[in-house]
Amino acid sequence: MIELRQIHKAFNAGRENEFRALNGIDLQLPAQRVTAFRGPSGSGKTTLLSIIGCLARPTSGRVRLHGRDISGLPERFLTDIRRRTFGFVFQQFNLISGLSATENVMLPAYPLGGERRALQARAEDLLAGLRLAHRRTTQVELLSGGEQQRVAIARALINEPPVIIADEPTANLDTALAMEFMAIIEQLADARRTVLLSSHDPLLVDSSLVDRVIDMRDGRIVAAAAAAGAGG
Amino acid sequence: MNVWIEKQKYLIDFTLASLARRKAKNLGLLLVYALIVFLLASVMLFTHALRQAANELLAGAPEVVLQRMVAGRHDLIPPGYLERIGRLRGVQEKQGRLWGYYYDPVVKANYTFMVADDRALAPGTLVVGAGLARTRGVAPGNLISFRAYSGKLFTFSIADILPAKSELVSADLVLLSEADFRAFFDIPPGHFTDITLRVANPLEVRNVAGKLAQQFPDSRPILREEILRTYDSIFSWREGVVLALATLALLAFAILAWEKASGLSADERREIGILKAIGWETGDVLRMKFWEGALLSLSAFLLGYLAAYVHVFHFAASLLAPVLKGWAVLYPRFELSPVIDGLQVTTLFFFTVFPYAAATLVPIWRVAITDPDAVMRG
Repeated sequence: MIELRQIHKAFNAGRENEFRALNGIDLQLPAQRVTAFRGPSGSGKTTLLSIIGCLARPTSGRVRLHGRDISGLPERFLTDIRRRTFGFVFQQFNLISGLSATENVMLPAYPLGGERRALQARAEDLLAGLRLAHRRTTQVELLSGGEQQRVAIARALINEPPVIIADEPTANLDTALAMEFMAIIEQLADARRTVLLSSHDPLLVDSSLVDRVIDMRDGRIVAAAAAAGAGG
Repeated sequence: MNVWIEKQKYLIDFTLASLARRKAKNLGLLLVYALIVFLLASVMLFTHALRQAANELLAGAPEVVLQRMVAGRHDLIPPGYLERIGRLRGVQEKQGRLWGYYYDPVVKANYTFMVADDRALAPGTLVVGAGLARTRGVAPGNLISFRAYSGKLFTFSIADILPAKSELVSADLVLLSEADFRAFFDIPPGHFTDITLRVANPLEVRNVAGKLAQQFPDSRPILREEILRTYDSIFSWREGVVLALATLALLAFAILAWEKASGLSADERREIGILKAIGWETGDVLRMKFWEGALLSLSAFLLGYLAAYVHVFHFAASLLAPVLKGWAVLYPRFELSPVIDGLQVTTLFFFTVFPYAAATLVPIWRVAITDPDAVMRG
């Protein structure tokens, strides 16, 4: 369970060009559900996901994870929480070019120092599960957009985090690849993982796999409702 | 412990991949860095080896040399001094020396003429230093002429060339018989240029020098250790000048490295942001960058030092010799014995690797402590 209380986020705070990205967000996100944040560009979806995923700190407000306030934790502890709790799929995939698909997938596990053979086997299993076994040694910049996204998903899963955060995951994909991505999300939901998505793609947000849709505008939540197709 | 080692191996793996990805830039940096180490190491190795060579050559020199001074200038020692010195306690051996300088207008060089005390030379023959032989193009058996200060022309036959091993101090040397020397410089019998003394007990050298100064107030005793110190100072001074210039180059390089690191490319900043976002700690990023800097600077250090070693000991420091040897016309050619001093290597390592590491790590640390979201957004 993730709980947000009065979250504010301002960029360039106190300066002439101050921009308030989030204005007092109160929200509870239950575990093992697929939640989608919907809204136009600049509505604050990405910033909110960054704060939930400990990639950024709120200017003010509290973030609780399983009842524990994590807003004021030192960077080192926050990194540990981020590594163990969240897996990220970024809009631009953010893979490290020059490295192979397998190496990219293994990267989040490097700081844990696990046994290499086991780690490599797990990375290759994940790639195989996402139908990328034949591309595991290919450098990521040579992969198609859909393939790169699947590598990013495998990377998000390598440390087996309970929460997957995907920012505009279908923005760079055509319809067929978007459908493929949704199938993967469905598998994750079936595996009882918490999935948080930001998107304004109706194909994704209005789909049956989304349990809850939260509408955002100008850094505020304007509506939060169970999705049409939500079973529970 | 295993986890820690495994983690370092992962970080080094990533570092190697990272270096390979920016091949051209890193190779350029490596070459500039190695060039600076090469310059500094060449100067240090060369001057150290020169000092060592001078020490070895002067090891057999007399402990004390006595010179007579008139009106603050070096003058001839008159008859009688040698006998009086022989009566001093502690003096094991004494010898009057004859030497002087001669300017050769043919090659515009100064030679040192000296009476050989360890070899008998027939009148009309010379033994010359390798530098002089090279410059005048003479070989044993050839004739060579010098016009004395009296205007009279003297012609000598070259009996031998001094060995190249001693060229550091004998490049411009001309050895001749006592009779020829006195005739050439017009020095009357019984007079000497200076007197050399051997002292049996090394602890007594300063006492003997004190007695000489007391008994011969118009003279000055020069100790072997003072000559060695003078050589040392000369080489240190020249080394200092070159090192100062090289340090400026090092400073410029450190500024370049700082600029490069503080102006991290968008790609590099983004990469650090991604690594932080997927779970790397600031410490992991810094460790990775530390390995990157360590690999680069160690490779540059080894490459530069090795090149300097080959340059100094196999090519006689051909790029630096004119500055550091200091001979005006007759540059001595000699082979230096390879000498590596641990303290010198450590000093060089500290002054080349440490500034680079500091110059690159600090700006990276500043990026690494920023929220990953902010870094990735640019």
